[in-house]
Amino acid sequence: MAHRLEKRVLLEHAEDPALRTLDGYRRLAGGYETLERAYKEMEQDEVLKELEDSGLRGRGGAGFAMGKKASFLPRGDMAKYLCCNADESEPGAFKDRELMQRNPHQPIEGIAIAALAADAGHAFIFIRGEYDEQADILDAAVAEAYEAGYLGTNILGCHRDLELVVHRGAGAYICGEETALLDALEGKRGNPRLKPPFPAVQGLYGGPTLINNVETLSNVPHIVRHGAGWFKGFGTEQSPGTKVVSISGGVKRPGNYEVELGIPTRELICELAGGPEDGHEIKAFFPGGSSSPVLTAEEGLDLPYSFEAMAEAGSMLGSGSIIVCDDRVSIPHLALRTARFYHHESCGKCVPCREGTNWTVKMLERMVRGEATPLDLDIVSSVQQNIIGHCLCVLGDSMAMPVGAMVRKFREEFEAVMENPELVVDPHAVVLGAPETLGAAT
Amino acid sequence: MAELPVDPAVREGRVPDRLSQEIPELHEVGCPAELRERIETLMGRYPDRRSASIPALWAVQERYGWCTPEGIRQAAAVMRVTPAYLESVASFYDLLHTKPVGRHRIEVCTNISCWMRGGDRLLDAFQAAAEADEDFFVTGFECLGACDIAPMASIDQRYYGPLEAAEAGTAIEQLRAEADVLPQKALAKRGLAGDS
Repeated sequence: MAHRLEKRVLLEHAEDPALRTLDGYRRLAGGYETLERAYKEMEQDEVLKELEDSGLRGRGGAGFAMGKKASFLPRGDMAKYLCCNADESEPGAFKDRELMQRNPHQPIEGIAIAALAADAGHAFIFIRGEYDEQADILDAAVAEAYEAGYLGTNILGCHRDLELVVHRGAGAYICGEETALLDALEGKRGNPRLKPPFPAVQGLYGGPTLINNVETLSNVPHIVRHGAGWFKGFGTEQSPGTKVVSISGGVKRPGNYEVELGIPTRELICELAGGPEDGHEIKAFFPGGSSSPVLTAEEGLDLPYSFEAMAEAGSMLGSGSIIVCDDRVSIPHLALRTARFYHHESCGKCVPCREGTNWTVKMLERMVRGEATPLDLDIVSSVQQNIIGHCLCVLGDSMAMPVGAMVRKFREEFEAVMENPELVVDPHAVVLGAPETLGAAT
Repeated sequence: MAELPVDPAVREGRVPDRLSQEIPELHEVGCPAELRERIETLMGRYPDRRSASIPALWAVQERYGWCTPEGIRQAAAVMRVTPAYLESVASFYDLLHTKPVGRHRIEVCTNISCWMRGGDRLLDAFQAAAEADEDFFVTGFECLGACDIAPMASIDQRYYGPLEAAEAGTAIEQLRAEADVLPQKALAKRGLAGDS
C-alpha cells in the first residue's frame, strides 16, 4: 500500500513484478491501448497539442516544457530522431532506474507516442552503462514490443515505422547533457556541442531530434490517454503533474516516492522518507540533485516542492532528487566531495570548467587540511562566479552553484574548520546509521 | 569580407574513416568470427555504423576482459575506422578499461549519499578483502544512481546495498566460490520504498 501522501501514476502497480512483461503491462495498466488509439485515430498535431496543453515540464533537470520542445522540430520529409535520455547520473537521482526496472514498457509506449508527435522514425534509449540490469530489462521489453507490432515497420497497420534501439553508455556523467549524449550516440567521446543550433533543429546525425528524459516520456501515455486537463489536475499551475522524487542521505527511509508537485517539502523529507535519524536534525539539503544550491532547513523545509518555489528560493527542483544532510555532516567536506565529482566528470573541453573544477578541489582540500587562509574563501567564491555561464554546457555551473551556496551559507563553519581541522573527527566516515529495513529485501 | 581559410576538421570534425591508410585490413588482425559478426550486427542497428563504437568496445571488453590494443584493432578493422579513433573513445569512458583489470569488477560508490553512510569505509573493506588477488578489480566510483541503498557497490554490473563493511569479505568469498553474491542485498529484490 502506498503512503497516504503518495500519488502514484507512473509507479502505479510498480510493486507487481508482472508489470515488467507485456502481458502484465496490458493487464494491470491497460498498456499500449493509448498507443493503439494514438496511431489509429489521432493526427500528429492532436498528439502534440495534448502534450503542449498539459504543461508537462521535462523531468531530467531543466524543466523545459516538453510539448513546446517537440513543437520546435521542423516539418518535412527529412529523417528525424527521438532520444530517450536514460543516462541518469546526477548524484542523488535514482528515479529513472526504478521506473525502467519496474515498468519498462511505460517509457517505450511513451517513446512511440512522442515519436508520432515529433514525426520521428528512429528512436534511441541512451542508458548509462552502469545500469546494466535495467538495460537488460529494457532489451527484453523492446523485443516484446517489436514482437507485438508496437515497434518496427507498419506499426499496427498504420503505415508508420519506428525503430527503437537501446544504446548503453560506458560511464560518463556528461553524456546526460543532451548534446554530449548525441555525440556519444554518434560513436564519439561525449563532448557537449555549441548551441545553437539546438538539437530540435540539428541534432543526431544532423537531423531534427527530440530529447526527453525517461520520466517525461513515461508521462506521455497517461496524458494522451486521460487528456491534458486531467494531468493539470495534479500539482500546481506552473508545475503540473506528479513527480517521482528520490530522497537519500540522512533520512530513515531513503527511496523513490511519487507525489503531486507542490507538496510541502517537509512532508516529503520528514513523513515519507521518515525524517532524520533520532537525536539528529536536518542541517541542509540539496533539493534537486548535487548541482542544486543547498538550502538550509530553515530556508527550505516549509517551501512547496515545485519548480517555481525552488527557483524563487534561489535553488532548483532539477531532476527531483533530495539529498539530506543532518547535523553530523561537515559542510566543507561536503563541498569537497561535490567538487571532486564535477572535477572527475568535466570533459575538459571548456577552460573555465576544466580549470575551475580543478582549482576548486585543490582549494577545498587546503581548507579541510587547515592550510588555507580566510582570503581563500573569497577566491573560491570568485572562481565559482567565473565559471557560471562561461562554458558550452552547465557541468561547471553544476559545481559552482552548490559550492558557491555552501561557502555563502556556511561561511562560519568553513572558517572554523580551516582554523581547526580536528573539529571534524573522521571526515572519511561520516557514518550515519544503517537505513531502516523498510522496503528492503522481500 | 573575404572568406578566411578554414581547416576542414573544424567544419567536418576529424573524420575517422578518411585516413584509409591507417585502417587495418581484416586479414591483418585475426578477428575471431564471433566478434566480427557481433560488431557487424551492432553496426546494422544504427543509421551510421560509427554509432556502434561504444557497443563494439563493450564487445571487445567482454571478449578479452579489457579493451586490448589487439581487440581495438580488430574492432577498427571491422568498423572501417582507425584504431586511434576507437582508443580515443575507449579512454573517455570510465567503464571501458584500456589497461588489464581483474575478472570480477567491483565499483564502490563514494559519492555524497554513500559517503555519508560510510562508502569510503566500504571501499577500504573491499580493497582489503581482494588485496593482491588479480581476479578482482576494486575501485571507488562516482554516483552509481542507487543512493536509496547507500552505501552500495556494483559487483559484476549488478547492484547490492545497503552494505556493511564486513559484507565486503563475504562477497569476495562468494565470488571466489562462484556462489550467489549477497542474495539478500541485491537491488532486484527490494520493494518500493513507499510500500511499508
